[in-house]
Amino acid sequence: MIHDTIAAISTAVGEGGIAIIRVSGPQAISGISRIFSSKISLNDAESHTVHYGHIVDPSSGEKIEEVLLTLMHGPRSFTAEDVVEINAHGGVIAVKKVLDIVLLQDNIRTAEPGEFTKRAFLNGRIDLMQAEAVIDLIRSKSDRAFSVARKQAEGALSKKIKALRQTVIELLAHIEVNIDYPEHDVEEMTSAYIREQCQLAIGEIDKLLKTANEGKILREGIVTAIVGRPNVGKSSLMNVLTQENKAIVTDIPGTTRDVIEQFVTLNGIPLRLLDTAGIRETSDIVERIGVERSRDAFQDADLILFVLNHNEPLQSDDRQLLQQLEGRSVVAIINKTDLPGHLEMDEVERYVASDRIVRMSVLEERGLDGLEATISEMFFEGQLEANDLTYVSNVRHISLLKRAKGSLEDAIEATYSGIPIDVIQIDARLAWESLGEILGDEAGDSLIDQIFSQFCLGK
Amino acid sequence: MGYVAGEFDVIVIGAGHAGCESALASARMGCDTLLLTINLDMVAFMPCNPSIGGPAKGHVVREIDALGGEMGRHIDKTFIQMRMLNTGKGPAVHALRAQADKFAYQHLMKKTIEETPNLTLRQGMAEELIVEDGKCVGILTKTGAEYRAKAIVVTTGTYLRGKIIMGELMYESGPNNQQPSVRLSASLKEHGLELIRFKTGTPPRVNKDTIDFSKTEIQPGDEKLKFFSHETESSDNEQLPCWLTYTSEETHRIINDNLHRAPMFSGAIEGTGPRYCPSIEDKIVRFADKPKHQVFLEPEGKHTSEYYVQGLSTSMPEDVQLKIVRSVPGLENAEIMRNGYAIEYDAVIPTQLWPTLETKVIDGLFTAGQINGTSGYEEAAGQGIIAGINAARKVQGKEGVIIGREQGYIGVMIDDLVTKGTNDPYRLLTSRAEYRLLLRHDNADLRLTPLGYEIGLITEERYGKFLRKKELVELELERLRNTKVKPDDMKVMLEAASSAQMTQGADALSLLRRPEVTYAHLESVLPSPYELSDEMKEQVEIQIKYEGYIEKQLLQVERLNKMEKKKMPEDIDYGDVRGLASEAKQKLSVIRPLSIGQASRIAGVTPADISILLVYLEHYNRVTAARKSGS
Repeated sequence: MIHDTIAAISTAVGEGGIAIIRVSGPQAISGISRIFSSKISLNDAESHTVHYGHIVDPSSGEKIEEVLLTLMHGPRSFTAEDVVEINAHGGVIAVKKVLDIVLLQDNIRTAEPGEFTKRAFLNGRIDLMQAEAVIDLIRSKSDRAFSVARKQAEGALSKKIKALRQTVIELLAHIEVNIDYPEHDVEEMTSAYIREQCQLAIGEIDKLLKTANEGKILREGIVTAIVGRPNVGKSSLMNVLTQENKAIVTDIPGTTRDVIEQFVTLNGIPLRLLDTAGIRETSDIVERIGVERSRDAFQDADLILFVLNHNEPLQSDDRQLLQQLEGRSVVAIINKTDLPGHLEMDEVERYVASDRIVRMSVLEERGLDGLEATISEMFFEGQLEANDLTYVSNVRHISLLKRAKGSLEDAIEATYSGIPIDVIQIDARLAWESLGEILGDEAGDSLIDQIFSQFCLGK
Repeated sequence: MGYVAGEFDVIVIGAGHAGCESALASARMGCDTLLLTINLDMVAFMPCNPSIGGPAKGHVVREIDALGGEMGRHIDKTFIQMRMLNTGKGPAVHALRAQADKFAYQHLMKKTIEETPNLTLRQGMAEELIVEDGKCVGILTKTGAEYRAKAIVVTTGTYLRGKIIMGELMYESGPNNQQPSVRLSASLKEHGLELIRFKTGTPPRVNKDTIDFSKTEIQPGDEKLKFFSHETESSDNEQLPCWLTYTSEETHRIINDNLHRAPMFSGAIEGTGPRYCPSIEDKIVRFADKPKHQVFLEPEGKHTSEYYVQGLSTSMPEDVQLKIVRSVPGLENAEIMRNGYAIEYDAVIPTQLWPTLETKVIDGLFTAGQINGTSGYEEAAGQGIIAGINAARKVQGKEGVIIGREQGYIGVMIDDLVTKGTNDPYRLLTSRAEYRLLLRHDNADLRLTPLGYEIGLITEERYGKFLRKKELVELELERLRNTKVKPDDMKVMLEAASSAQMTQGADALSLLRRPEVTYAHLESVLPSPYELSDEMKEQVEIQIKYEGYIEKQLLQVERLNKMEKKKMPEDIDYGDVRGLASEAKQKLSVIRPLSIGQASRIAGVTPADISILLVYLEHYNRVTAARKSGS
């Protein structure tokens, strides 16, 4: 019934932890066997067996990762399909590489949110009573994925993809107009022109892929907001964590007037750190904008580092923030422990569990270990799973970019073998669709719109 | 006031291109059919361009023919020019286009209709639908005649509350100054159909004797003719050329100076016009940088001096039209015989239809053609034959026929209309089809003739011929696959084809895969033992040359069909489906898709919503199955 094969990381990723990549569907075994180097052949292996070996990049022959594979034949698996689970020894980069290679195999694609469970249900593995739970899972995961995608759609990456897509759609519209209006005085598309445009797009994709590998654009991580009222040491904390003087640090309250972003890895856990303007009531317009943004960052964060001043009693701004922490993943940082304590700790503990309270002196760089340990603990207890979606969606971007590139290369190759333009169009259109999937766009009518806005047609 | 004038199985209102195909299909399927038209002289009239076919549109005519319709056969008999377009491109987009003798075409179609058994052609204007218990059971005409029927097909084109606009002048009219149909709109609305206002237009016609052809380029027809109908084998029709000229700087100046008098810009026109068919004033405003636009001069028939000025569609006032025409090289002294005009009309929002073209709100009422928001004779005829077939099948208690997106452009068009709707008059383009390589001009019969036979519109004799053709193509493919050739034997042929020499033996099929080797080349050294027509040889060549791409698309189709086969339960209440986004609930409740496949094409229904529907469907089926086995 279900024809394609899906893959995704099914556990949280972190250095030192074990990550499992689950692959399910008719091509799971044959697909993985092509990239798995071992003493035995997966295709002949019995169900419910574990195999040791390496994931190999088939294009270079390079060994990527030492893994244990668990193999299950359908219907005796979670999804009732053939399933291969790749146990990799963690490390964000390594696991990502493995998933990248898996997704480059024919007919294997990224799983949609909740899709393993959906398949389990559709294949009769899950009881009817649980149908509602399955639906809720799909809904909530999709909504979460959608909001992540939407955020990315506003970013720099999406602008580049849109520009790239525009190059491809102009080429498509030109081909289409040649086909649908053969007698119009629109220049005939030539092979040389098609190659030029495809090459242009490939160049841009390569740039994106390169930056993606360097982690500059496709930044992923647990969105971590450093919040607190002004001048409790938020920017100093950020600086210590990033060892860079990006944020302006002064002792004048209200200095950080915008949200500053940094990407750090703590114990192998990727964090996207947001240093926010101190949250307080203010009449300064510029500062007020900063405060608004801080509130947004606070709302959207996966993890909140709430900074309090050990040296002062709680103030109304502190209390307001404390009350908003319910249900959030939070670490309270009691800063300035180098100074005498005036903070009402018993009140703080009413809002934040004591094992989530870390005492620090950012100035003397003390207490950093405690903070790292606390974050790791939360991460491996699965309290910070939200980051997975950002992470997976980025892997998805990379595989779609590669797919688009492959289609454009097919188009170029076709121009050399005398294939007519309407057939070359099929490849170019695939590239356009892959790029569209990154943005979550619907392909639909926009090609037709482009034709009529780009060319003057009529009778 | 009224009197009972007759009882039929099917009534078709309107005898344009949709109505004619509808009525013919219905009558030939054995239904007693009435075809009603406001003016008997306007049967199958072409109120705009005197041509049929072109990319996607020509494909539709082939499909209509493959199903047993008439448009193809009639244009093959009445063309005054035939051209195959896109011959430099792939076989999927080769497109036949004919200039029609529009008068000969309509007279011949009228004759065919008059001679068809079970079919009554009658002049009269339908004004009211008779609806009883939510079912359409008849119509009432302006003259008080009441006709009863079991199914009604409405194909009113641009006649519904038609309004002609020309500069400051505006009057109620159908196309070409025909009487408009004013009261039927209200009746459709009263019974629950929502209408929209669309607009289209036509250019002026000029007198041939006042054209200076020496200032234009000649556009002759093809020497080697191809035809629309699979049954037409030859023709001795004399061909007339078309002529190409361009607008001048003067044209653009005249238009810019008179924009304040253009109804498009003065706000007089409220209907939405087609993007692909803008008026000349629209083109000059929107593409101000373009120094000149093409103008084709096309004869309207053999026995008329009227020439259609393609490219100058306009709703400017008469005096400005004359200036515009005369600013075009070759038309300096041209006399306008008919003015160009814009026409506004009522259309039915097509998402109110099932894919069978029956309306969802009124049982037994079908609509087809321009009333469904499309434009073009071919689009109209394509819907017409489907509406006629389905009206007849409804009367006969049979299930409706739906053509898939992978089966034909007709299927693409109808699915687009009923699933997505349209914001402006809908024109078919090859780019609307996902599986363009499968929907070729050359294989329309392979795609649809078996269906036409099953429905009863294709005769035994024709079907037998079709099967023979199919068999011969397969035999020939088999022969080439099994014929091993040696490099030495192919040497001369490959040289002639400028193709690389073979290094070792191979099957003959592999040679045909080379882009530069044609069937003719191969045939010169490996003559076929079968008696193959040119059409069959072409079929062999295309199927081999594009095999890889065709297979890729077939694989996609297979996936599509899995989703199309998952039928939505008829009694589903989307409001009750837990987890669906509210936009999806609303859209699904309006469209009421027949399958998961159709649901997935609705704008605003996301993949997550489709996942949820799949889970819901599985749940529903299991519960239903459990209930059945329990009882």
